[in-house]
Amino acid sequence: MSFEKFLFYLFAVFLIGAAIMVITRKNPVHSVLFLVLAFFNSAGLWMLAESEFLALALVLVYVGAVMVLFLFVVMMLDINIAELRAGFVRNLPVALVVAILMVAELVMVLSPERFGLERYAAPALKPADYNNTAELGMALFTQHIYAFEIAGAILLVGIVAAISLTLRRRPDTKYLDPGQQVRVRASERLRVIKMKAEEKA
Amino acid sequence: MIALSDYLIVAAILFSVSVAGIFLNRKNVLLLLMCIELMLLAVNINFVAFSHFLGDVHGQIFVFFILTVAAAEAAIGLAILVVLFRTRRTINVGDLDTLKG
Repeated sequence: MSFEKFLFYLFAVFLIGAAIMVITRKNPVHSVLFLVLAFFNSAGLWMLAESEFLALALVLVYVGAVMVLFLFVVMMLDINIAELRAGFVRNLPVALVVAILMVAELVMVLSPERFGLERYAAPALKPADYNNTAELGMALFTQHIYAFEIAGAILLVGIVAAISLTLRRRPDTKYLDPGQQVRVRASERLRVIKMKAEEKA
Repeated sequence: MIALSDYLIVAAILFSVSVAGIFLNRKNVLLLLMCIELMLLAVNINFVAFSHFLGDVHGQIFVFFILTVAAAEAAIGLAILVVLFRTRRTINVGDLDTLKG
């Protein structure tokens, strides 16, 4: 077994194991952390498939941003875990049957006779000066430039939607308006009046 | 050498595990969102593997767009979740029956 193959099986086993932990843990925080492990391992698989840019983007964007967002939300919500786990054992047999059926069917379709090395020979290794990012960028900014622009627009819509959904105005909070504080004049706050000195009794 | 079928079978197992996760955690919206992320990851593994074996970079570009849309989807989904929790004090799917569906 070559070292490459060993790495592939290592990443694959950790990926599947982490995915199983994600769906079975009681505590959602643990689920998110195992999801992070799953993403790291699939980034390793993508590295083996020579798509370095996407592997790094997965770690940076997914683990760095989306998973941290998940963690924040999980920790912010005060959820009753026991109530949410109520149907777990009851649904377990159905879930197992469905999963095993799906794996069996998919493995029959994607069997090594159809998609093995005889049908799809392993591509030659890319030379050392091959730049995956440059090739990706070349296709992205020429042929797929409209799709790229639309993706940017979708992200903008996502930002606006997320902010406008969670923004709330609270009229009853007692906060100070710094602008108003700066604009205030002494004459509005202080009144100098003339009065007689107090007479001694 | 690693065959294309190896990648495809790993992705198939990952997809099936996340389908099982949706069955198991039917009441927890957070876990449902995480399972959807796992499903998208399985699909992305297929795209990357085919891109590698067919020598075509366009598969990777598709993965790029899927990642973009999935990030936007996760952000909006979590925002909806936070608003939901703020108004109903629960994220149990069973309690969300306002529409009488």
